[in-house]
Amino acid sequence: MNRGPRGQAGMMSREAKSEFMSGVKAILPILLGVVPFGVTYGVLGLAAGLQVPATIGMSSIVFAGSAQIVAVQLFNAAAPALVILITTLMVNLRHVLYSASLAPRLKHLNSAWKCFLSYLLTDEVYAVTIARYNQGVASSNKHWFFLGTGLTMWSAWQVSTIAGVFLGAVIPRNLPLDFTITLTFIALLVPMLKDRASVTVSVAAGIIALCAIGLPFKLNLILAALAAVAIGLAVDWSKRVRQGADVV
Amino acid sequence: MGLITFLLRLSFITLLSRIHLPALVQRSLDFVPPAVLSALIFSDLFRSGLVQPISLQLYSRLFAGMIAVLVAWRTRNVVLTIGVGLVALLILQALL
Repeated sequence: MNRGPRGQAGMMSREAKSEFMSGVKAILPILLGVVPFGVTYGVLGLAAGLQVPATIGMSSIVFAGSAQIVAVQLFNAAAPALVILITTLMVNLRHVLYSASLAPRLKHLNSAWKCFLSYLLTDEVYAVTIARYNQGVASSNKHWFFLGTGLTMWSAWQVSTIAGVFLGAVIPRNLPLDFTITLTFIALLVPMLKDRASVTVSVAAGIIALCAIGLPFKLNLILAALAAVAIGLAVDWSKRVRQGADVV
Repeated sequence: MGLITFLLRLSFITLLSRIHLPALVQRSLDFVPPAVLSALIFSDLFRSGLVQPISLQLYSRLFAGMIAVLVAWRTRNVVLTIGVGLVALLILQALL
C-alpha cells in the first residue's frame, strides 16, 4: 500500500491536525530569531557573488543556516568546491546525532515520511520536536508535530532568504533578535533536567563545548554532546552501583 | 552540498527502523537532547569568550540567559522565558 506523506486520501485525523498546529505554534518564537539569520544569509550570498537563483536555491536545497553562511563565505574566498563540501559535512555532522535521537520515534513511518522529515531537520526543529516527543503521553501522531514545526521553519527560512536578497541593504542590524533561538532552547532544556544524570550531562556538555570552542567546523558541539552522553552514562552506572551496594 | 546535509539527517532515521535498541543505547539517546541543547546554549551565552571582565557589556548575553533559566525553572512557560529573556538582554545592553 502506498501512502504519500499526507496519509490516506489527504485526510488527517483530528489528533494529527492538532499536533500539526502545535508544531507550528511551538516554533513561532524561534522564527523571530531565524528570520534575521535568513536575511543575513541572503545579503551575504549576493555579496559573495552568487546569483539570485543560486542564493535562494541553496536555502531550499541545503536548508541549513550555519552551513549556508559558512559556504558562501568560502565561496567568496574562492575556495575549491571540495573544501566547501567537506566543510558542509563537518559543520552539519551534529545532525547525525539528531537523526539518531529521533529515529526510534519515527520507526513506524513509511519512507516518504522519513525522507521528508529528515530533510526538514535543523537545530531548532530538532530541539522543539524532541521536547514534544519527551513530554506528555505517547502518541503515534507526533510526527505531525514534527511536520508542522519543519514546514513552518522551512517556509520562514525561504521567505527571509528572499527578503535578504531583495531588501538587504535596508534592514537595521541593531536588534539582537537571534537571542530568541537560545532563549527557546533554554525554555526547552530546563524541563529536561529531571535527575542528577541529566543535569550533569547538561553542565558537562556546556563546559566542554566552551573549552573546545577553538575547534573548526563547530566540531565542539558534537564533541561536547558525545562526551556529555558518556558522562551521563557514567553517572547512571555509579548510581546503580551505589544502589546495589545499599541493598547488600 | 544539499545531498550531504540531507543524508546526514536521514542517516539514523532510516538505518534504525529495522533494529531494536539495547537499553544502554536508548539511555544514551535520551541524553542527547540535553547535551546538544546545552552545548548550543553555552556557546551562545559565552560567545564573547571568557575574557577578563574589562567591560561588563560582554556578559549581557550571559546574564540575560541566567535570568531566562530562572524564569524557565520557575514558570515552565516558554513564551514568558523568551519574552523576559529578550527584555533582559535589551535592558542589559542599554545599561552596560
